[in-house]
Amino acid sequence: MKLNDLVKEFGLEVRTGAGLLDAEVTGGYVSDLLSDVLAHAEDGVIWVTLHIHQNIVAVASHKGLSGIVLVQGRQPEKDTVAKAEEENIPILVTSLSAFELVGRLYKAGIRGA
Amino acid sequence: MALRRIKADLHVHTCLSPCSGLDMSPREVVHAAIRKGIDLLGICDHNSAENVLAVKKAAERNGLMVLGGMEVASSEEAHILVFFDDDDDLLEFQEHVYRHLAGRNDEHSFGLQVVADDEDGVTGFCDRLLIAATSLPAEAIVARARSAKGESLVIAAHVDRESFSIIGQLGFIPPALDLDAVEVSARMTAAEARERFPDCRKYPVVTASDAHGPEDIGKRFTWLTVEDGTASEIKKALAGRDNRKAEC
Repeated sequence: MKLNDLVKEFGLEVRTGAGLLDAEVTGGYVSDLLSDVLAHAEDGVIWVTLHIHQNIVAVASHKGLSGIVLVQGRQPEKDTVAKAEEENIPILVTSLSAFELVGRLYKAGIRGA
Repeated sequence: MALRRIKADLHVHTCLSPCSGLDMSPREVVHAAIRKGIDLLGICDHNSAENVLAVKKAAERNGLMVLGGMEVASSEEAHILVFFDDDDDLLEFQEHVYRHLAGRNDEHSFGLQVVADDEDGVTGFCDRLLIAATSLPAEAIVARARSAKGESLVIAAHVDRESFSIIGQLGFIPPALDLDAVEVSARMTAAEARERFPDCRKYPVVTASDAHGPEDIGKRFTWLTVEDGTASEIKKALAGRDNRKAEC
């Protein structure tokens, strides 16, 4: 499944990386501890979090994640957007809670490791 | 020694922090602090103190006081400023932090971690993953600092922030956490923080810049009435003992 499919299916707001939505999503990971994502998220997964700080972009870039979804309508900070554009990391926003979004992603065929 | 009122910016990074600019070299940090009228600088890079001695040496030539420390990321991903009067205590504490910090830096994603000397010569690059969190819970970090031979000063960093602050990560400050103060970021005043976060009424409050670039050094500071810039004097000021004072 591609990022673009998820954007359409779940009405995600595309904050950065509009040109990168062709990326394949190989799985999903949900966590609000950056060190946990650093240790356990796999290449190509989409990361669901409530963090809006620019360090999420550094983590996503380092781990080669396909994108980040911010939950509960949380908007990325200004520095986060700038860094994501520089690093080519798609940031998407949903108004859903993490629980709801992950449930729907799972139903759509996205799996954890 | 007589008491005097000094301007202290206790939270300043150097080029060692991956998120800081290369222009945060020891000499530039010292010069920027002097330009801003700062008397005492707290140097605290993420999970490392490898540039502290260089800044101290550069500061000594310019009559600026420096307190050496680091900004440790706890396993809860709360940032805690830990300072020591004794450089050996600091370096020993750094070894303890390093033993609990996994991973190697990825310069492309996180940034360069430059180790410099007091003349701004690059002496090396720290290859540890300084942006990461240690496996040490906040309470273990404080306990370790307190076990040092000399005086330690422990301050919970930017408690008003949502990310990487003890209140942001846990929702409250654990009562058993033996803090000397809480730091409020440039985003709000100490009075606003006390209003908004009840936990800020339980501890002395300091404000500091958390500067990652020279232009931010001294943007926020705390007035200290102390004899000198040591941790033991600052602790007295925070507690309001012996006519010492901390105002922000």
